[in-house]
Amino acid sequence: MEIPTGVISYINGPVIKAKKMSEFKMREMVTVGSKKLIGEIISLEGESATIQVYEETSGIKIGEPVAATGHPLSIKLGPGIIGGIFDGIERPLNKINNISEGFISEGIGLISIDTEKLYDVNLSVSKGDLLCQGEIFGEVNETPLVINKLMVPPEIEGRVIEVVRNGKYNIETPLVKLETSSGEIVDLKASQEWPARIPRPIEKRLATDKPIVTGQRVIDTFFPLAKGGTAAIPGGFGTGKTMMQHQLAKWSDADIIVYIGCGERGNEMTEVLEDFPKLIDPKSNRPLMERTVLIANTSNMPVAAREASIYTGITIAEYYRDMGYHVAIMADSTSRWAEALREISGRLEKMPAEEGYPAYLPSRLAEFYERAGYVSTLGEREGSVSIIGAVSPAGGDFSEPVTENTKRFVGAFWGLDRKLAYSRHYPAINWLSSYSGYVGQLAEWYDENVAEDMMQLRANMLKLLFEENKLQEIVKLVGEDVLPDDQRLILEVSKLIKVGFLQQNAFHKEDSYVPLKKQYLMLKVIDTMYRRGSSAVKLGIPISIIRNEEIYSKVIKIKYNIPNNRLDMFYDILEEINQFYDRLEAQYA
Amino acid sequence: MKSEYLLLDKVEGPLIALSGVADVAYDEMVEINIGGKKRKGKVIQLYEDKAIVQVFENTTGISIHNASISFTGKPLMIPLSREILGRVFNGTGDPIDDAGDIFAEKTYDVNGRPINPVARLYPRNFIQTGISSIDCLTTLIRGQKLPIFSGSGMPHNELAAQIVRQARLSEDSNEEFAIVFAAMGVKHDDADFFIKNFERSGVLGKVVMYLNLADAPIVERIITPRCALTAAEYLAFELEMQVLVIMTDMTSYCEALREISSSREEVPSRKGYPGYLYSDLASLYERAGMMKGKNGSITQIPILTMPNDDITHPVPDLTGYITEGQIVLKRDLFQKDIYPPVDILSSLSRLMKDGIGEGYTREDHAELSNQIFSAYSHVQDVLALSQVIGEDELSEADKKYMEFGRQFEESFIKQGFDENRSIAETLDLGWKLLSILPKDELNRVSPEILDKYYKG
Repeated sequence: MEIPTGVISYINGPVIKAKKMSEFKMREMVTVGSKKLIGEIISLEGESATIQVYEETSGIKIGEPVAATGHPLSIKLGPGIIGGIFDGIERPLNKINNISEGFISEGIGLISIDTEKLYDVNLSVSKGDLLCQGEIFGEVNETPLVINKLMVPPEIEGRVIEVVRNGKYNIETPLVKLETSSGEIVDLKASQEWPARIPRPIEKRLATDKPIVTGQRVIDTFFPLAKGGTAAIPGGFGTGKTMMQHQLAKWSDADIIVYIGCGERGNEMTEVLEDFPKLIDPKSNRPLMERTVLIANTSNMPVAAREASIYTGITIAEYYRDMGYHVAIMADSTSRWAEALREISGRLEKMPAEEGYPAYLPSRLAEFYERAGYVSTLGEREGSVSIIGAVSPAGGDFSEPVTENTKRFVGAFWGLDRKLAYSRHYPAINWLSSYSGYVGQLAEWYDENVAEDMMQLRANMLKLLFEENKLQEIVKLVGEDVLPDDQRLILEVSKLIKVGFLQQNAFHKEDSYVPLKKQYLMLKVIDTMYRRGSSAVKLGIPISIIRNEEIYSKVIKIKYNIPNNRLDMFYDILEEINQFYDRLEAQYA
Repeated sequence: MKSEYLLLDKVEGPLIALSGVADVAYDEMVEINIGGKKRKGKVIQLYEDKAIVQVFENTTGISIHNASISFTGKPLMIPLSREILGRVFNGTGDPIDDAGDIFAEKTYDVNGRPINPVARLYPRNFIQTGISSIDCLTTLIRGQKLPIFSGSGMPHNELAAQIVRQARLSEDSNEEFAIVFAAMGVKHDDADFFIKNFERSGVLGKVVMYLNLADAPIVERIITPRCALTAAEYLAFELEMQVLVIMTDMTSYCEALREISSSREEVPSRKGYPGYLYSDLASLYERAGMMKGKNGSITQIPILTMPNDDITHPVPDLTGYITEGQIVLKRDLFQKDIYPPVDILSSLSRLMKDGIGEGYTREDHAELSNQIFSAYSHVQDVLALSQVIGEDELSEADKKYMEFGRQFEESFIKQGFDENRSIAETLDLGWKLLSILPKDELNRVSPEILDKYYKG
């Protein structure tokens, strides 16, 4: 059959139009011009079609051909993804670098994960078995950390009529032949394809009642994220969005991390590429790279592929979720993706809504965040996709359309604050403007797995911080000295919370990741300081004596001085605090 | 034989439209011949047999039938060889210093291509600028893009010139260095200031200049940084030199972009700037860096003036999202006669964390800088309080902070235009000042470092 071909009639940056396109389908992938650039049809009208092109259109001429590929923008899913770095349409950047060294040239064509590499395939089905969609028929060790479970693709069911022997196969070799109920024969391979813009089907959604443990105190304790939940990190430039995303990618207890560098700096991707193979996962003692996938569309790479990169990332995440893994996506930054939408809609001369963004921005954001979830997959495994999206609001102003609309669709909101960042309070998450909608659902988990009073302590601390904020207003006007001692104690204890607990040093070996148990004990210590302090104030003991320099600085330095594997040392500290206040009270009694 | 077109449909602003064209490529260069005088342009939109061409110089004097248009079939290419060192070019890469054309075997597409993140080398080498506020607090790293955010009238040019003069790009004297200077919409005096300073520091023979001055056509301004960066890439990645690129003034560049966008009737986004401003700026800034297997590097110091000193204006805002930090100049300090008036709190170097400390600068560098940030930020709170209740009413500790703040600005931030401090001097000075504060206030520093360096 002849491949349908159209003719280019209009070129404006990444947007081109072509005629004689009646054979083409909406959202179909096409090759553009004699350089065979990759593009996607985004609208059809009569004979003509509008195409967004994923590569530089420089040098393309009117009259050059547009050829159909017959399928929508699809992602090849199979072993070989983990540990790799891909561009916005899943082309491996390593392979691109072999083809065009150093710089990314256009016209490389559609390449994807390695189809030559041989994997040891273990098949778990035999002739005569009945296989349903999503059922596992074999396994491949993709990396030492990740076992790729070979699944029957969605919407395929049937009886096994042929199975190859266990052995070394590439991802294109038919491994199992199925006969469907209609008598059709289907080959199952180690890889499958899925259109990026369509969510992969699931059995049903489950409750999001387990947290992602990140080892970051302000998140785990104050604003936790559930597995299968969504979070947004908005912040102006320099407030530490990317640092935060890197920390989460390093330390969160997800099985697989998909890191989407969407319109951000090239050096940041390089940093991940250089660091992650050297960083060792504390649980498995293997390099973190063995559970990480990078999607890189840096800010100077073509803008249309930036729009696609988000979908590529989430499709990969859903694929591993379907195997029963917990996947976390870091999208840095969703604002660049929204700007890509704006740029393309601007070139299409569509009527803009707020600040030039297209009117469909909220619905696109909702579609994206709704692909997160804790689910029972086809084949009845439990898996989850959690999304952590960075937002880069213009001018650091959270009232702009992307931040506003993102807020409507995410469960947790970690607002970064420029003032905190300026005083190098990192992570610069503002405890007053941030929130997590998962606290209620996760309370039970914390009760069972950390401590029964964990949530109570959390509430106490937040209350103190809130009161401190009000007191600071007064302090700004009259100074600290005129406040009554009980209020000055709140200021002092809040300082402990801020410096000793909320500030976390990503570069310190003990402080970079903190287990929940230690977080709990730290809260416990601070809470003790407050309770003992306020009863001392009630006895009329002056604040200058209650605020003992030695004890206070010891509490602040707990984060560095008590190693994560020596939590017994907390009992000494608690003992010391209690003794100190016992003595004080005895003196003043 | 390429055909020539003699009839235009439309001339408007910097754009001309013509129809009946065939075999024309998007983005290709166009030559416009008016009575023997040539101008350049490029194709920015194609629709069936119609082409819209953006003219680099201005369109004054073009009528719909006095020009002959020919398409070159290529994007804008500039010839590059070692001979470009010490030369001066206009905004589109033609020599303007009467030293003749550049003869080179190869010509290069000014648009460049994105560096593959896989091929990048993460920058880690510290550059000593001899300026305390930069070396200690917003450390410049080889291969970094670190802009100066300034305002009109502030001494950003002096600061850039001082960096050029004092920057030691490497300890290894065998490495060759070069400076690429791109001027976009700057005044003649500013350009002269730079030329004099290059001369004074004896580097003129190592400088390549691309000048599009304030009275030069604005469309040419769009090409200027691209020519400069193409030259920088050539010097860094083919001749393996250490290249420092100064681009000034990025605000003029963005304004030129906006002017053209509005004459093309594009949908505007914030403050009338086109929606693709971010992508466009990124296509310039991302051309800094280092690559695996190459010894050269491109370090960028773009300079921009913040309109109305507003850091949230789209130009500084989008720049800050792309570059690896920023050096912000502050008018308050400038008015207090502090040079360089670097506002350390809003300044930042993102690559600093990996290029300082033991083996690069000194073990105490990271903690010292953290402590200075934290202390100086507390100084601001104390200052605000003292304005309400008076300095006498402050607590003892806060009085010390006031003293620290004053001395820090007077002796650490402030330094002479010719004063070149080594990193050790800078760090020692930092400790001397921190020692004004009581030891227990310094909670960002580990006890070992504190014992070793605290001088109180």
